[in-house]
Amino acid sequence: MDCVVTGGNVKVLAKAIHSLSRIGDELYLEPEDDGLALRSVNSSRSAYACFLFSPLFFSRYVVCIPLVSCVLTPVLLQCVQAVFRSLSSLDKTVEKCHIELVGEKSRLTFTLHCKHGLMKTHNLSFQDSESLQAVFDKDSCSNVLRAQPRLLVDTVLHFPPALEEVSLSVSGERVLFRNYVEEEPERAKAMLTELSLSSDEFEHFAVGAESSITFCLKELRGLLVFAESTGLPVSVHFDLPGSPVVLSVTDSVLEVNFVLATLSDDLNLPRSPPPADDFLNDDIDSYLIAMDTSELPGPSNAPAQRSNHRLEAQSPVANHRLESEEAEEEETGDTERPPNKKFRSLFFGSVCPTDSQLTNQTATSQEVLASDSEDDAQAASP
Amino acid sequence: MLLSTHSQTVDDNYVLVASLDNVRNLSNILKAITFKDHAIFNATPNGLKVTVEDSKCLQANAFIQAEIFQEFTIKEDSVGFQINLTVLLDCLTIFGGSTVAGVTTALRMCYNGYGYPLTLFLEEGGVVTVCKINTQEPEEPIDFEFCSTNVTNKVILQSESLKEAFSELDMTSEVLQITMSPSQPYFRLSTFGNSGNAHYDYPKDSDMMELFQCSKTQTNRMSLLKPSTKALALSCKVSVRTDSRGFLSLQYLVRNDDGQICFVEYYCCPDEEAEEEY
Repeated sequence: MDCVVTGGNVKVLAKAIHSLSRIGDELYLEPEDDGLALRSVNSSRSAYACFLFSPLFFSRYVVCIPLVSCVLTPVLLQCVQAVFRSLSSLDKTVEKCHIELVGEKSRLTFTLHCKHGLMKTHNLSFQDSESLQAVFDKDSCSNVLRAQPRLLVDTVLHFPPALEEVSLSVSGERVLFRNYVEEEPERAKAMLTELSLSSDEFEHFAVGAESSITFCLKELRGLLVFAESTGLPVSVHFDLPGSPVVLSVTDSVLEVNFVLATLSDDLNLPRSPPPADDFLNDDIDSYLIAMDTSELPGPSNAPAQRSNHRLEAQSPVANHRLESEEAEEEETGDTERPPNKKFRSLFFGSVCPTDSQLTNQTATSQEVLASDSEDDAQAASP
Repeated sequence: MLLSTHSQTVDDNYVLVASLDNVRNLSNILKAITFKDHAIFNATPNGLKVTVEDSKCLQANAFIQAEIFQEFTIKEDSVGFQINLTVLLDCLTIFGGSTVAGVTTALRMCYNGYGYPLTLFLEEGGVVTVCKINTQEPEEPIDFEFCSTNVTNKVILQSESLKEAFSELDMTSEVLQITMSPSQPYFRLSTFGNSGNAHYDYPKDSDMMELFQCSKTQTNRMSLLKPSTKALALSCKVSVRTDSRGFLSLQYLVRNDDGQICFVEYYCCPDEEAEEEY
């Protein structure tokens, strides 16, 4: 493959590479007849992104048969990112970028023609790979939203940078974004943020049925960074929880698709205002003990002790809840329970094993998706 | 003022007295050559020369002419000592690095001669700090024997474009290869890292190229010259020269806060295995 990117498109290409590097640590560079595809997938196979640049994006685009697909390993990807570093000055310094992929020699060359006659050439050796393709059909999704990137950027701004998952719910004429907090003890202490958007704020609002999905916020942010710089609207295609959500940005020369897995069994539906008195959840005795211990010197001791007491008291209750399918809380007024996390692998259709560790979980361990070591530790103890 | 009354009483003992209204005119230049702890100071009536060396293959020199100083008095033809450069810089910047407009730190540097410490008086806003730093026997700096008659290739570039290249250099490469040639690629910086190689080419007619005099194609491989990046960052122009032995000389033109010119020079000897072309 031999292609040349000129002017402002160099920056678009650079932003695409940066965006992809936020998904996975490997980048697939696949020249095809209908354009150049840059793809990436994360290690747990729950997020996939594809940037397809049509031949019109380039001032020159030549593909050689047989088609060669190359994968840039993390080290190489860092190299390529370094080539396109300093995004802000790229459009001022780089006049054109020539990319050459020579299959027989496994060589990928980036040549940047910069201001003042400076020419930067980077020769990288890549590995051949199979093409990375995801199976998805966004046109068959029953819910489609489309908005200017600014709207979504302003929305996610309200969530803390460390937040992992966000829930998107649609019903009637409203769209709700909420932060997703999974564990019961955490829910009582966490700050819950909810943003409500009216359907008028969207360029396109087609909702089949009331629905709520939860997916990874980090990947959404990755797409929004790109979308905002191009000013192109973002489309969100989704169905039921468990089916992937497709976020896409399209224009005449470029098509971007981010396919993200969503939590299945998402019970994070909009609910009535939370119970006023959270202490209904607690074992009253442990609460009283905690209050006594808070008199002790050293403020750091008191809260920790208190939370431990609360957790221990809850543990048998929690286990009971998780084992039963639709247990209603008798002792507490809270109708929520942490859902089991089942991310479907996008490509193989398999279901990740339910975390049966949850039922064995000790109160002090907070990790729902405890790693296998948790199991080993359990198995090892006599 | 506090500093001048002090000097009146003890001036007679000093073999070297140098004063600056703005200590940054000295400290900034010294930062450009601080890649080793120790430096050799050599003062002559012309000014101050500070030398730092690394394993006998890299040498950096900073020249601060006597005219830069508000006062420069020397009682001998040559005064030399070795001093811990890191400590010296810590003292020179003792009032912090803030660049509030109109506020400068004044320096008075005094040396009594062999065996005596270097005394620094620093003043800012009426506060005076006195520092005494021990000196050592000066070693003789290596003479790289780089003379202009042996120069085979010479280019002068505006620092701006080189700064970009140096900031992007592949750090996994053990060497930096500099190719200078009367024909393509004219002036090229190359690295050979873990994932491949990279080349930065400057054509001879680039508007960044102020002077281009290359008589024969020469390729020199050196260690990454990381220490020189500080000097590059401060400079506005760089002259790159190679001689018939493959030695490299980099000369940086630095303008200080008051617009005066100082020079920093790096000498580098070539990598021994460096003979193959890439």
